[in-house]
Amino acid sequence: MNRNDKAVMLREKARELRKTALIMIHTAGSGHPGGSLSAADFMAALYFDELNIRPGDPTWPDRDRFVLSKGHVCPILYSSLALREYFPYETIYTLRKQGSILQGHPDMKVCPGVDISTGSLGQGLSTAVGMALAGKRDGRSYRVFCLVGDGECQEGQIWEAVQSAVKYELDNLVIIVDNNNLQNDNTCDVVMPTGDLRFKFEAFGCEAYGIDGHDMDQIVDVLETIRESEKKLPKVVVGKTVKGKGVSFMENVVMWHGMAPDKEQFDTAMKEVEEVTV
Amino acid sequence: MTGKATRDAYGEAILELGRENKDIYVVDADIGKSCKTVPFSRELPGQHVNVGIAEQNACGVAAGLATCGKIPFVTTYAVFGSMRMSEQIRQEVCYPKLNVKIACSHGGFTPANDGASHQGVEDMGVLRSIPGMTVLMPADYYAAKKLVKAAADYKGAVYLRFTRDPVPFIYDEDAEFEIGKAYKLKEGKDVAIIANGDIMSVALKAAEELEAKGHSVRLLDMHTIKPLDEEAVNACIDEIGKIITVEDHNILNGLGSAVCEMVAEKGKGIVKRIGIRDQFGESAPYEYLLEKNGITVDNIVKSAERMFR
Ligand SMILES: Cc1ncc(C[n+]2csc(CCOP(=O)(O)OP(=O)(O)O)c2C)c(N)n1
Ligand SMILES: [Mg+2]
Repeated sequence: MNRNDKAVMLREKARELRKTALIMIHTAGSGHPGGSLSAADFMAALYFDELNIRPGDPTWPDRDRFVLSKGHVCPILYSSLALREYFPYETIYTLRKQGSILQGHPDMKVCPGVDISTGSLGQGLSTAVGMALAGKRDGRSYRVFCLVGDGECQEGQIWEAVQSAVKYELDNLVIIVDNNNLQNDNTCDVVMPTGDLRFKFEAFGCEAYGIDGHDMDQIVDVLETIRESEKKLPKVVVGKTVKGKGVSFMENVVMWHGMAPDKEQFDTAMKEVEEVTV
Repeated sequence: MTGKATRDAYGEAILELGRENKDIYVVDADIGKSCKTVPFSRELPGQHVNVGIAEQNACGVAAGLATCGKIPFVTTYAVFGSMRMSEQIRQEVCYPKLNVKIACSHGGFTPANDGASHQGVEDMGVLRSIPGMTVLMPADYYAAKKLVKAAADYKGAVYLRFTRDPVPFIYDEDAEFEIGKAYKLKEGKDVAIIANGDIMSVALKAAEELEAKGHSVRLLDMHTIKPLDEEAVNACIDEIGKIITVEDHNILNGLGSAVCEMVAEKGKGIVKRIGIRDQFGESAPYEYLLEKNGITVDNIVKSAERMFR
């Protein structure tokens, strides 16, 4: 597939992911749409292009790992797994319901494709470091991708994890930061300014890139650059994003961090996502 | 059901306290909206700090504020307030005997749809193990309002556990609560039910059902699990000898354990613990999670009847 076709295909996938996540959250009546939508373009690029995975064999030892450190946006992960057929698509209607494999926050014991259980912010990146370290020690060539929130980067443990990744030269670790400048209570600028995150990761010793996290061409390019990099450094992509991206009334509105759309809002949201031209 | 969430009581009480006393501080960790401290932060910005998603730092900052005469209430969810910052609580609050309060919403199973990661099932047990910690869980909105104020007046570390969803009113505005003193809801002689928190309404129903069957029930609201009201528990052991504890918390290290420790040391009396059966929750309706653990009116009644045989 040529570059342009690939970007078009991935944008189409991102649309599907957004729709699926919205259906899930609306059906469940609770969940986190804002940070799911801001991460959709990255997730499309990972699950439909970059990750070396076998949905039919979710515990394949050589698979690339994916860690959703900001576990609350699991609807976008579950959407990716559903569309890659890790489980039947209809499962999406069971989000947050009793007995579902789609728990309110990812549970690796029950959901195929979930490489680690998360939900308490700041902890996932350390587990990604452990996975990347094991890959190095075992001489395996898989990579580990970890999605973290910008608010999440306020947790000290994130920076403890980065130190370890740098010390152990984990060039097989790719940290993606969903830099939407919003968290639970307000904007990051108001709650606790995160500063220039790309610069911070670089100062800690990572190979860090800053891109527009909704521009599929830039996403594809940076992932390629990273794949080809020979520097023995952990990789970081700080994606400038818009929380709620794709649904006008959710975009940059703090309330949509953790609220489900009602029927009317859901219909409008689906229509808007449908109408975006890719 | 007429009721109100205890987290709402916290939000209201802390604002009232903050207006009266400029030393009352709220230290938030980016979940002020869910823990009801937004009105406080708006009206009293000079007494408010939001450290972001950084609970360990929140606790340390609070300890520092306390050394300067402030009375900080660190506000977050039970899981994070009891465990993410538990060593900070130990080293920087309890060991130096500082006047810091840890006020947490989402205790027990109430964030039911969020799943196990957000359900604090072991929080009170963790904090009960730290020397010098006082551990509280109010049973309703009115009790919560009074106990927040009692915690502010008390000099020392206090953990307050609130919940997300509305709970039925048990008390009225005039009920008075004292830290470390059980509230006697019913006097009786056949069996003692000792409960706390949201589950009080379940215990109350069970007591009424037992009464309807002709039994006499003593019902205690043990809102303070540490320090435990030893006098009240001793009286249950000496005067009744049959005790059922009920809690939305792991049966290990919570209210049930605290009561058992006393009964065992006395060498008389029997206890049946009803609570979370040492297992994690899941995304499911709250009622389902209670039922799965036998935290039901029916199980309390049957347990009592078994003791009578
Ligand atoms: C340790 C911890 N503290 C608090 C929370 C509650 N919480 C859930 S999401 C969230 C905000 C996350 O903001 P960010 O990382 O920026 O994610 P995004 O904006 O992508 O949703 C908070 C505070 C949590 N899950 N874990
Ligand atoms: Mg964010």
